[in-house]
Amino acid sequence: MIPSREEWMAALRERHGAELAEKFGQTTVAVCGLGGLGSNIAISLARAGVGKLILIDFDEVDITNLHRQQYKANQIGIPKPLAICENLSEIAPYVETVPIIAKVTEENLEELLGEADIICEAFDKAEAKAMLVNGVLEKFPDKYLVSGSGMAGIGSPNMIKTRKVMKKFYLSGDEVSDVAMAIGLVAPRVMLCAAHEALTVLRIIAGEFDV
Amino acid sequence: MVKVNGDEMNIAGMTVAQYLDTTSYDIARIAVERNGDIVFKAEYETTVIEDNDSLEVVSFVGGG
Repeated sequence: MIPSREEWMAALRERHGAELAEKFGQTTVAVCGLGGLGSNIAISLARAGVGKLILIDFDEVDITNLHRQQYKANQIGIPKPLAICENLSEIAPYVETVPIIAKVTEENLEELLGEADIICEAFDKAEAKAMLVNGVLEKFPDKYLVSGSGMAGIGSPNMIKTRKVMKKFYLSGDEVSDVAMAIGLVAPRVMLCAAHEALTVLRIIAGEFDV
Repeated sequence: MVKVNGDEMNIAGMTVAQYLDTTSYDIARIAVERNGDIVFKAEYETTVIEDNDSLEVVSFVGGG
């Protein structure tokens, strides 16, 4: 039995306080990339009661994703934006979701991200991360941007940090552990970085701008 | 002197593109901040680094 919207919102207000719950609920966050970072970020933000999530990825769920990404074995072959929306509808049924099956490029990022208050970079490839960060900082100087870089391998969890690079640009990760050099990605270390990004988003919404 | 990622360097007068040419950074994987603002990629060739500037090159790595 799924609780009603009123019950759900009351529970969030009880946990977060009415003021913060309202701020979370009024915010739109775009998550660019729905792999290990993005699928975890989306779930964290939905659980926290963020009102609207724009969820973007061009890829489908693959068997090689399941060791770290928040999908299920029976979702292999489904486009990730649709699969994450399905999962979110079970976890946090009242979050508004906008699934977008597309590759973010310099040409379309203004159109895809214009509605977002805060943008999370959660891509896999370094070139895609750099493209999005440069593009957002150039085209949306007033939006907040949270990016993740460096979470591969099984290095110490305590190397994962968040720093404020510019006034509205935050970077999470250890900034060095490249997937090409390490043993690959393991769920808990990617989740750590995703948690940094998601928490940074919530802190920005709450007006806590320092790290 | 110019501060680059926290280190003092004698690169005043160079453009951002000229400075990057002296490094091993992969242009496709970086973002450059100068005095708190992004340097647009299209302006690397024309942005001249000045004395007392603070520069930061953010170099992204793969994985997500």
